[in-house]
Amino acid sequence: MEALLALEDGLTFRGESFGAQEETSGEVVFNTSLTGYQEILTDPSYAGQIVTLTYPLIGNYGVNLQDEESRRPFAEGLIVREIARLSSNWRQEMSLPEYLCRHRLVGISEIDTRALVRHIRNHGAMRAMISTVDLDPESLVRRTQQTPAMVGRDLAKEVTCQKPYGWDEGPLDLFPDDKPADQKPSGSKVAGRLRVVAFDFGIKHNILRLLVDSGCELTVVPATTTADQVLALRPDGIFLSNGPGDPEPVTYAIRTIRELIGKKPIFGICLGHQLLGLALGGRTYKLKFGHRGGNHPVMHLQRRQVEITAQNHGFVVDLASLPEDEIEVTHINLNDQTLEGFRHRHHPLFCVQYHPEASPGPHDSRYLFEDFRSMMLNHKQ
Amino acid sequence: MPKRTDIKKILIIGSGPIVIGQACEFDYSGTQACKALRAEGYEIVLVNSNPATIMTDPEFADKTYIEPLTPEYVEAIIQAERPDALLPTVGGQTALNLAVELSEKGVLDKYGVELIGAQVKAIKVAEDRLLFKEAMWEIGLETPKSGAAYNFNEALEIVKIVGYPAIIRPSFTLGGTGGGIAFNAEEFEDLAQHGLDLSPSHEILIEESVIGWKEFELEVMRDLKDNVVIICSIENFDAMGVHTGDSVTVAPVQTLTDKEYQYMRDAAIKVIRKVGVETGGSNIQFAVNPQNGRLVVIEMNPRVSRSSALASKATGFPIAKIAAKLAVGYTLNEIPNDITKKTPACFEPTIDYVVTKIPKWAFEKFPETDPVLGTQMKSVGEVMAIGRTFKESFMKALRSLETGKKIGSEKLDFERVKERLITPNPDRLTYLRYAFELGYSVEEVQELTRIDRWFLSQLEEIARMGQQLREERIDSITPARLREAKRMGFSDLRLAFQLGATGEEIRQKRKEHGIVPVYKRVDTCAAEFESHTPYLYSTYERECEAAPSQARKIIILGSGPNRIGQGIEFDYCCCHASYALKEEGYETIMVNCNPETVSTDYDTSDRLYFEPLTFEDVMHIVERENPDGVIVQFGGQTPLNLALSLQAAGVPIIGTSPESIDLAEDRKRFGKLLSDLGIPQPPSGTAVSFEEAEVIAERIGYPVLVRPSYVLGGRAMVIAYDSRTLANYMDEAVDVSQDRPILIDKFLEDAFEVDVDTLSDGEDVVIGGIMEHIEEAGIHSGDSSCVLPTYLVKAEHLDTMRHYTRMLAKALNVIGLMNVQYAIKDDIVYVLEVNPRASRTVPFVSKATGVPLAKVAACLMVGRKLAELGLRDELKVDHFFVKSPVFPFMKFPGVDTILGPEMKSTGEVMGVSDNFGQAYAKAQMSAGVMLPRSGTAFISVNQHDKKNVIRIADRLHQLGFKLIASRGTMMVLREQGIPVDRVFKVYEGRPHIVDLIKSGKVDLILNTSLGKDSFYDERAIRRAAMQYHVPCITTLSGGAAVANGIAALQQQKIDVRSLQEYHEALSNGVLERSESGH
Ligand SMILES: Nc1ncnc2c1ncn2[C@@H]1O[C@H](COP(=O)(O)OP(=O)(O)O)[C@@H](O)[C@H]1O
Ligand SMILES: Nc1ncnc2c1ncn2[C@@H]1O[C@H](COP(=O)(O)OP(=O)(O)O)[C@@H](O)[C@H]1O
Ligand SMILES: [Mg+2]
Ligand SMILES: [Mg+2]
Repeated sequence: MEALLALEDGLTFRGESFGAQEETSGEVVFNTSLTGYQEILTDPSYAGQIVTLTYPLIGNYGVNLQDEESRRPFAEGLIVREIARLSSNWRQEMSLPEYLCRHRLVGISEIDTRALVRHIRNHGAMRAMISTVDLDPESLVRRTQQTPAMVGRDLAKEVTCQKPYGWDEGPLDLFPDDKPADQKPSGSKVAGRLRVVAFDFGIKHNILRLLVDSGCELTVVPATTTADQVLALRPDGIFLSNGPGDPEPVTYAIRTIRELIGKKPIFGICLGHQLLGLALGGRTYKLKFGHRGGNHPVMHLQRRQVEITAQNHGFVVDLASLPEDEIEVTHINLNDQTLEGFRHRHHPLFCVQYHPEASPGPHDSRYLFEDFRSMMLNHKQ
Repeated sequence: MPKRTDIKKILIIGSGPIVIGQACEFDYSGTQACKALRAEGYEIVLVNSNPATIMTDPEFADKTYIEPLTPEYVEAIIQAERPDALLPTVGGQTALNLAVELSEKGVLDKYGVELIGAQVKAIKVAEDRLLFKEAMWEIGLETPKSGAAYNFNEALEIVKIVGYPAIIRPSFTLGGTGGGIAFNAEEFEDLAQHGLDLSPSHEILIEESVIGWKEFELEVMRDLKDNVVIICSIENFDAMGVHTGDSVTVAPVQTLTDKEYQYMRDAAIKVIRKVGVETGGSNIQFAVNPQNGRLVVIEMNPRVSRSSALASKATGFPIAKIAAKLAVGYTLNEIPNDITKKTPACFEPTIDYVVTKIPKWAFEKFPETDPVLGTQMKSVGEVMAIGRTFKESFMKALRSLETGKKIGSEKLDFERVKERLITPNPDRLTYLRYAFELGYSVEEVQELTRIDRWFLSQLEEIARMGQQLREERIDSITPARLREAKRMGFSDLRLAFQLGATGEEIRQKRKEHGIVPVYKRVDTCAAEFESHTPYLYSTYERECEAAPSQARKIIILGSGPNRIGQGIEFDYCCCHASYALKEEGYETIMVNCNPETVSTDYDTSDRLYFEPLTFEDVMHIVERENPDGVIVQFGGQTPLNLALSLQAAGVPIIGTSPESIDLAEDRKRFGKLLSDLGIPQPPSGTAVSFEEAEVIAERIGYPVLVRPSYVLGGRAMVIAYDSRTLANYMDEAVDVSQDRPILIDKFLEDAFEVDVDTLSDGEDVVIGGIMEHIEEAGIHSGDSSCVLPTYLVKAEHLDTMRHYTRMLAKALNVIGLMNVQYAIKDDIVYVLEVNPRASRTVPFVSKATGVPLAKVAACLMVGRKLAELGLRDELKVDHFFVKSPVFPFMKFPGVDTILGPEMKSTGEVMGVSDNFGQAYAKAQMSAGVMLPRSGTAFISVNQHDKKNVIRIADRLHQLGFKLIASRGTMMVLREQGIPVDRVFKVYEGRPHIVDLIKSGKVDLILNTSLGKDSFYDERAIRRAAMQYHVPCITTLSGGAAVANGIAALQQQKIDVRSLQEYHEALSNGVLERSESGH
């Protein structure tokens, strides 16, 4: 069935629909990962966004329930070149189109995604709509122009959990019963459990799993939780999660974080990192088309080693805006020299812009979870 | 870390001749390494025995040695050059093995040469299957159960544990030589014995089979700072059990989720760290159980490889170039990405297209062997295609293969569909389509083939589309439908077949509706950053990124997949054309589909179109680029076959005109030309039926040489001594060339054969080289050794050939290169054939004379004159340059090693010295034939040769050989007073000659064919000789040369000299403009 994609600047693409038969709108962005469409769709950071996948063949290995990164898909829609008619993998439980239909998500295929990506690269991420109902280009463009913009929107509030909950699931074991005994994954290092409060601005399951793996006893709390409420839980450390959209409107969290800095060890990822930046007096700005993919080189400045990282962000903390006497830059993006991580010179606090939990993406940066653990242990003494 | 300054001079070892499993991908990697390191200011010393490589062009290294790749010769080079370091990782298995040997012999220590890129310990862990398995176990990765055996009894013990089917793999061999799958004890015994023989360390690994699992490869890079990145992931379409070199492979991985892929990535990183490859690229292979995802490591190659060449072409990330830089101390983040310019090489390329590689086999050349694919690589070449979908790239790759068969003409055996699906074989792809057309389901086919359902469903979609199209007609098909088919990768010719129209009609209809392809860029980053490199592929999409310039530009058509008869030599010529025309101020545009080559390096030409070499695909490029000229002369027969149709479509072909090309290829018209010019040729005729053929044969007299027209490498060419052979031939040959007749020539027995390469600008003619074949006419020129200058040809005949060559160049109005093959018999010089194009010997002649013939030819094609370029006289050489072929017989059990008019060799080497004997011995040594210095020689020749063998036998006797002979030969020799013992033929009693060979009592064999009666006997001798590495010469002329070679070897002289020195001594007036070079 036919579908139409319209961008706010008037560009339109005709394609085929492969998900729900309806309409969707959002900011159109692209992700360059070769694998992991399921994780991408269910990453709450994509709330408010329509995702273009640069890899042209999508759906090849189907969908399984293990690989979800949150309770449901959060992306607003999916744009691909070709959707697999048949998917094949030993873990698959359904096909991607089935999954989209089940979650009433709109997908469009047969798109020259490379042309679209080049357009976004040259003109920036912008608003877009996909429709299977309104196939008139002019009308769809007009309606796209009326949708809300990304800047200034507090999307974290829309995706965060409603109330606190515990989490004790460790990392997935892909091959539970098919492995020599001496190499079962290490599992969580049970010795010395640490209590951690994790702010959910749109947190991904794999972050929770890796925190458990490094010995954390987790309480996940809503984005609007106050500092007092957090401290009342007597945590050994605080985690600030990833999340969608613009950090600036998330003022309540910035305020809370400011109160918590110095009191407890803090580790932030992505939106968490940006909120820390703002809380410490820095500024954020929007990148032209963001960093989304699994191949971004990041330099660990102290070790002078490169990590290949998973990234998913449209906004960054302005490196120059951070107070140099307080903040030490720890990580830099080698592609465009933007800030990828920093730590506080006096307080137990560090954060990264990229996604050490990957999922999808490479596992090079998992050491950060260990670093968090060490930081908490040090602080405890 | 910046580059090292403590080393100044680096020795690079190349991979030697093209053989199955080690082809021109190592010219690509070696050339990149030379360029990259020279650009960094290092002095490069290169050694490679293969003259047909770009890397051995004198301008790519400071010192270029074309010498045997043996420890003795390389030591001599080290002694002369005193390099600080040795880079062994860009020359394939050959270079690695040689480096290990040099290190173990203490040569590296003695001269203080440091290995860079990979340490001996790491090489050993990676290459020794057993050490590797231990290492994997230590890092918690699984490998198939296995054990190593050093003798046959140990082997039997181990197979009891691993069970059947069992995989047998000799250590330290190339492309799985000598390995295989044993399904039962009988097969096991054969394979185990054979494998033990072949392994240089007499070690085989016997392994649990994981046949049917999914096979994957990762290309990994690491630097001294321990940064590790994955450049490319590759999924094999064929399941485990088919060598990756024989599998259809696809990049990137298609059927793994991110979790599974990352698990594999983590494993790969652990492997490279554990093995300890400090810098550079490695290839790691995995198998995955499709039922539960269990992953086992299969092997690691601690060097650049065929797959890394593919990965480089597939992603735009030049692995060998970067590996070379890492070896001298740079880290990945210090090296810029050439394509984006702004971002560093320290990242993982991401792609927004699909790459499919399909191998090309040559089983038709070895009819005695079963065309079955297994764990030992058999393919001789490959094609790669890029498309936006798997279907598109697969279809493009298929048509890049140039099977020569007309669409729809395949003979498919309805009865044997299942069988053809179960046993992997070269026709399986065709049978897959056929099976789907017959209504097989994806599940059924999956069960038979073990190919993943995803791939199968893709093929099923293509088959369905094909069937649906068959219901349509050209005038009723809707543009939307046509577009859909094109988007799926259907060629115009296939559409024409389905729709019952002509290719031209389809093309017209498409153009009417604006259904034309666009070009997208390969940019390493899926368009995230701007690309500065026009590396392009076609697809049916909306936006075109070709951005052609307005510059003066020339398109060079490449030579497509390597095959026997058309290999690296033609790629060499295409590259040269590109280099030369760039210097002449043209923008150069390369079109080719062979991922192994230097021509498909995005660095070689200004623009690269990675596309099939078909009329349709080339026309699209021409229409997009609007070039000033298109060159068809350098890519062998592939572009030549397109010449006429391109010209008819208005494409400006430069150089020799397509009419002249056609004239030279058309036997009838060409025969007339020769007789008009008064040039003798063997009497001949053309026939379309057996009756016609027989009449001709009777007229000109047997023996006759029969062959189809328009093929290269003497394909399907046989010598018929009687009408029965002729009849058989006519039966079989018909499917080789449908609408072209059979050519019948009088076969000139015992004639000298001579090759002449010449340059012509339309007015002047300069002869580049006159090469005398060692073997007589009747042995294909590509399979014969040859020597420059000639040493037995009479001066008057040389003059005759010069004269004829000039006449022919003028008559054909050749602009560029021309190759003429002559035969001399009874003092008459005959022309065998004329190729108005670059020939296989062009690189050889260029290396010998120091004049880059192909570059000169390219300049001539754009209007330069020979005189302007400083070329007036025939080119001179002042040493003996011998070119010898290398054969793949080892890979094809059961084939006869006898030579004939059909070409069988895959590659060539060159030997140089100041006397013929030594040059020949060196060439033989490089080709892997170790001539004995003493010992026992067995001689057995046919009646015809009895007289002439005496001289050779006597010479061998003088050289101290003990002679043994079969009865007839013995009697002749005894009559002449030459001491000789009799030995039994196979059916005469025991111990017979084969027993002697097997027990190591024979060191040299001279055996000319007695005709078909004693066929079994002879074959047994030749097979045994091959297996036990006893040089076996099948022609008398070869025997004489060997005697010369042995005489030289007895002098024990190891002489090494660089090309640069050879050339300096000459005064051939090297092409001035090109000297500065690349
Ligand atoms: N244990 C095994 N079971 C089944 N097939 C195997 C096994 N090991 C190797 N193979 C097959 O044999 C091929 C060659 O083996 P490999 O170890 O890669 O040797 P090579 O050095 O020749 O590349 C592989 O590509 C794979 O298809
Ligand atoms: N009339 C002939 N008499 C003897 N040998 C011949 C004759 N014609 C061809 N040959 C042999 O066959 C080989 C291949 O023939 P050629 O015409 O060169 O075909 P190709 O196009 O494959 O190079 C030659 O190199 C030569 O050795
Ligand atoms: Mg292999
Ligand atoms: Mg020939």
